[in-house]
Amino acid sequence: MENEIIEKKESLEDINSDIVGWGVDADPENDPTYPMKKRTNEEHQGYSWDRPPQQPINIEILHSNERPNVSATFGTSSPLSGVSGEIRRYAFKYSENDNRHWLGLLLADRVNVVEGIVDDLSKGHIPNYFAERGWKAGMKHHPEEIVKKILVTALVTTVVVSWFFSSSGSKKPKLGKLLKR
Amino acid sequence: MNYRGPYRVRADHKPYPEIQHPNDAIVRVTRSCICGSDLHLYHGLVPDTRVGMTFGHEFIGIVEAIGSSVEKLKVGDNVLVPFNISCGSCAFCRQELYGNCHESNPSATAVGGIFGYSHTAGGYDGGQAEFVRVPYADVGPTIIPADMDPDDAVLLTDVVPTGYQAAEMGGIQKGDTVVVFGAGPVGIMAARCAWLFGAGRVIIIDHIDYRLEFAKNYAKCEAYNFRSLEDPVLFLKKTTDWLGADVCIDAVGCEAAGNTLQTITGRKLLLQAGSATALHWAINSVKKGGIVSIVGVYGPTDNLIPIGNVVNKGLTIRANQASVKRLLPRLIDHVQSGRLNPKGIITHRVPLEEVSDAYHIFSSKIDNCIKTILIPPSARN
Repeated sequence: MENEIIEKKESLEDINSDIVGWGVDADPENDPTYPMKKRTNEEHQGYSWDRPPQQPINIEILHSNERPNVSATFGTSSPLSGVSGEIRRYAFKYSENDNRHWLGLLLADRVNVVEGIVDDLSKGHIPNYFAERGWKAGMKHHPEEIVKKILVTALVTTVVVSWFFSSSGSKKPKLGKLLKR
Repeated sequence: MNYRGPYRVRADHKPYPEIQHPNDAIVRVTRSCICGSDLHLYHGLVPDTRVGMTFGHEFIGIVEAIGSSVEKLKVGDNVLVPFNISCGSCAFCRQELYGNCHESNPSATAVGGIFGYSHTAGGYDGGQAEFVRVPYADVGPTIIPADMDPDDAVLLTDVVPTGYQAAEMGGIQKGDTVVVFGAGPVGIMAARCAWLFGAGRVIIIDHIDYRLEFAKNYAKCEAYNFRSLEDPVLFLKKTTDWLGADVCIDAVGCEAAGNTLQTITGRKLLLQAGSATALHWAINSVKKGGIVSIVGVYGPTDNLIPIGNVVNKGLTIRANQASVKRLLPRLIDHVQSGRLNPKGIITHRVPLEEVSDAYHIFSSKIDNCIKTILIPPSARN
């Protein structure tokens, strides 16, 4: 039995001899029942380590209510603003365990996209959807997909706009009448 | 790079980053990559991804300025910057869990700070830029060895450590059968690294033929398209003598294809934190008492997975963001000795100004794209 095992090990190395580095990091002691860490149990002492110096908090930073403070450093990309900022403030009233936190943030992200377009227009910049979506590369590599997307988008937009202006029973003016004005 | 909303990014001018903390550095980027996990941001799946943010957590560059307390770096150093932002002094960093730092992300306790990865990961601008602020400059950034190719170095910031740790977390023993779900850059690297731990057989599963072909050649593994298999789990059971694989690695994460229910509820309706098809298959394909290693990225809410099978099969699930700093010495040695060839997965080099096209190509999986490098104007001159 032992001979069989030894033979099997030798044959494994032979079989994989064309793979550079085969088995160099094999570690029979790698016990998969424990996370990859150098265990110190330091966290048993609680939140007690010597914290790095605090980055000055010069803008509003939302922090998870599952921690008591703002981390020693943080990013300052895209500070809170507008309606999306209000929604984010609301979302951060709930813990990371609560779906209202995450769904609120996703909603804020979608609102933020509209705010981004408004911001662009207010600065005199008309967003170039074609370029921003990378459709130049798309037209080169899979033009049929891009054309399909454009046609579907145009169709959906036409249907939605037509429905909006001609919905029966509403007092809204029909699209035709609107265009004649 | 400037995020404007799902599927919309553009090259834009932004202010030069400032030193905001005594241990900050400003790095002039010479290479950055688009990571598969950047696509989750690009597709609008990660909460608190704000318009105006710059993505990019895989980058190298040259130190342009340093804060008053920085001791280990000097202006002009050529550094690779791990994707995790870690303080080096909290209880978790001191246990070498550098991907779980508690002093780099105020917004969420479940994840440490990550460059350019939404405010959920700290709100830091990333490296798909000409300049980037790098916090804790004495901890993360590592000086690139003089003889190392910068294309190898930039892949040591994430894709190589993540692929390596995926294999390491599998606790692979000599002769083990390892199945990797996902033939993206990380999956390919995980398959390659599985051999380093002595795997006896490595199988990779995906649905993109050109990626499978690439994986087969690069990682010397078996490659199968699940679209051509009636049931990938059944196939894997049959091909492992009806017992299942010893180790399964989920290198896909929240945008997996292959299961309509998962796709609709996870990717279209966002009723769960992405589509968990790969994880589902991993749990069902591994043998009793086996190990499932997860490096695929999922959202912060809930996912539909067969947890009952985890219990009944006695599985061990191991998962984490890669602890890049812990792994770097070993991985640098692997690269320098020729055991790993990271730059071999690079298929596209794109000027930073064409970032919109680069994202479209990578996201759409066209032009045989495996890994894209963005090169800023200053690095091209």
